[in-house]
Amino acid sequence: MNDMTVMDKTVETQNIKIAAKDVNVYYGDSHAIKNVNVEIEDKTVTAFIGPSGCGKSTFLRCLNRMNDTIDICRVKGDILLDGEDIYDKRVDPVQLRAKVGMVFQKPNPFPKSIYDNVAYGPRIHGLAKNKAELDEIVEKSLRRGAIWDEVKDRLDAPGTGLSGGQQQRLCIARAVATEPEVLLMDEPCSALDPIATAQVEELIDELRSQYSVVIVTHSMQQAARVSQKTAFFHLGNLVEFGPTGQIFTNPEDPRTESYITGRIG
Amino acid sequence: MPTFWLVALLLALSAAGFYGGRRRAIATAAGNVKDLHSLPSYYGYHVSLAAFVPAIGALAIWLLAQPMFIETRVSGMIPAEAVPESSTIGLVMSDVRRVAEGLDLAVEQGLLTAREARNVADSGQDVRALMGEVGVALGDDVRPEVLNAAQAYRNLSNTGRTAMTVVVALLALGGFGWAYSRTHKDFRARNVVERAVLALLVLAASLAILTTIGIVLSMLFETKNFFGLHSWTDFFFGSTWAPNFRGGSELSILPLLWGTLYISFIALLVAVPVGLFAAIYLSEYASGAVRAFAKPLLEILAGIPTIVYGLFALLTVGPALANLFGKGGLLGVEWMAGATSVLTAGLVMGIMLIPFVSSLSDDIINAVPQAMRDGSLGLGATKSETVRQVVMPAALPGIVGAVLLAASRAIGETMIVVMGAGAIAKFSANPLESMTTITTRIVSQLTGDTDFASPETLVAFALGLTLFVLTLGLNVLALYIVRKYREQYE
Repeated sequence: MNDMTVMDKTVETQNIKIAAKDVNVYYGDSHAIKNVNVEIEDKTVTAFIGPSGCGKSTFLRCLNRMNDTIDICRVKGDILLDGEDIYDKRVDPVQLRAKVGMVFQKPNPFPKSIYDNVAYGPRIHGLAKNKAELDEIVEKSLRRGAIWDEVKDRLDAPGTGLSGGQQQRLCIARAVATEPEVLLMDEPCSALDPIATAQVEELIDELRSQYSVVIVTHSMQQAARVSQKTAFFHLGNLVEFGPTGQIFTNPEDPRTESYITGRIG
Repeated sequence: MPTFWLVALLLALSAAGFYGGRRRAIATAAGNVKDLHSLPSYYGYHVSLAAFVPAIGALAIWLLAQPMFIETRVSGMIPAEAVPESSTIGLVMSDVRRVAEGLDLAVEQGLLTAREARNVADSGQDVRALMGEVGVALGDDVRPEVLNAAQAYRNLSNTGRTAMTVVVALLALGGFGWAYSRTHKDFRARNVVERAVLALLVLAASLAILTTIGIVLSMLFETKNFFGLHSWTDFFFGSTWAPNFRGGSELSILPLLWGTLYISFIALLVAVPVGLFAAIYLSEYASGAVRAFAKPLLEILAGIPTIVYGLFALLTVGPALANLFGKGGLLGVEWMAGATSVLTAGLVMGIMLIPFVSSLSDDIINAVPQAMRDGSLGLGATKSETVRQVVMPAALPGIVGAVLLAASRAIGETMIVVMGAGAIAKFSANPLESMTTITTRIVSQLTGDTDFASPETLVAFALGLTLFVLTLGLNVLALYIVRKYREQYE
């Protein structure tokens, strides 16, 4: 697991990967996200925290247009990925999702073999010219997902037969296999036990070296452990956004303080 | 006492039991309902059930058993030489029953007193004329043995009925008293009622199963008779279906089975792709409004009686096909002789099966977790890639199950093939020729004047049983596959 270069936590690059400007999201008549402005940096783990129903998952799903699959959902405002508006008519959401990968709350391996699960993305995007290249991508992705050693002898076994933590790491490997630039994680550890959670957190920290990672979490300890930037959402508003250390030790907004000290939520 | 009044008495007693039990329960708690173990009405139900259920059960069993018992006793009284050459003991017994009924009727109508009826043999009256007066027609003069047996029959059934009334009434009163005496504020009446509900549900469930077993047994019995009259090798391995009511028929299932399977195959060829694509559209692509409108519409198709589909085959599809492929048709070929053909029946049956396949597949596709779709879409797959590579493989076992269920319906379908497929039993691969199916032959062998001792009629049961085994096998296989698939996600 430690065969990769782990970057020093304190290093911060100033590249803006995703910039959201005045984003509003409506579900039918309800106003789920209100005027959110946020800038997500490259090669950084950004955590979204906040009480249930505050809109953090909704906002996350805006970043790769997964909300398009919900009929009644409308998104207003600009979300720029590398300076390009992802809600522009010319942008194909399918292409976008290959660039902005996503890992879901519940591990959702396809009912296929472990190999086919990881090879799924590369196959539909034509990333491999031949079987050897595909094998290489699968191995690399599984290594990056920190699960290669556990599954290398049974790549033909069904992905659904793995344990919960292994399934989630398989899903991360699957997302990594399409070579995304941003990785969105929607409460990736909420269905996992503490040991599996620790493994996934370690993995997230390693992934930071290559990707911009955005993670939604209910656990404030987790946000504090894995992220460099934290955004606190409350009732659809982005209340506070800043370096994780500052949010947790010296929040500016009284609502943030109430939440992290457990008075609201 | 007539049975009707007996049942009415039971109902009255159980109603009284309800109020009695309730009142007593409240009384033992000194009017404080909170002290009772159960709600007051449960005590009422308990007494009511105890008065009603054992008594009505005994009544039902008695009513079933008494005629059988009397029949055996009385038929034992008739000496073998009293049965005429051309008759059987069964026919004589039915005379006995009729005479007994006639005498009862005569007493009821006031033509005879009860005493006169008992002594009718000594009075020298013409029993046959007397029977005629009360509307019981007899073929012969009543012979003394029959009259004796009829009197015994009457005696036995009178005694039986009195005994039944007494037993039932005692059971009802006993149950009432027993339950009433047990009614006390600490008695767990609610648990007893709960067990009674369970018993009722178990009874309903086992009734359905027992009926199925009964159907199979009755078919099995007749099939055995058939194989006693006709060789089973001809039935299973012969090649000709040529029933002949003068005897010497060739009754082989194979040409019929061929027709059945051929028509079902064409029906599935129509129904599976169309139904499956409709299901994919409805579950994956259609907006809520379209779905709310189209799904019920599609399911209306499933509610159309098959005879209407049969008419459609006979009047629309058949002639249309004949216009295309028949003599002087649009294609200028003479491939089709009449409107009935395998293709006609297959197409219409396929249309009938579309909603069946689509609604089952729709349920199965919907059972694939949304997380699978999200996972695939999140990797940058398009909708159709997601459907093809993730949703379909996940739903495949269930869809196979749905197709097998549709196949078993196609095999058992009757009206469409009766009207659309024709009546000629033969082996042919040409879908434009008339062929016939197992179900069609069952209908034609059993309609009209039938003699249940000839193999030509009894073959229907052998055909029916084969069909039953075939569809049962398919259903079991389908359910097995569907269930195995369900386990994956739960």
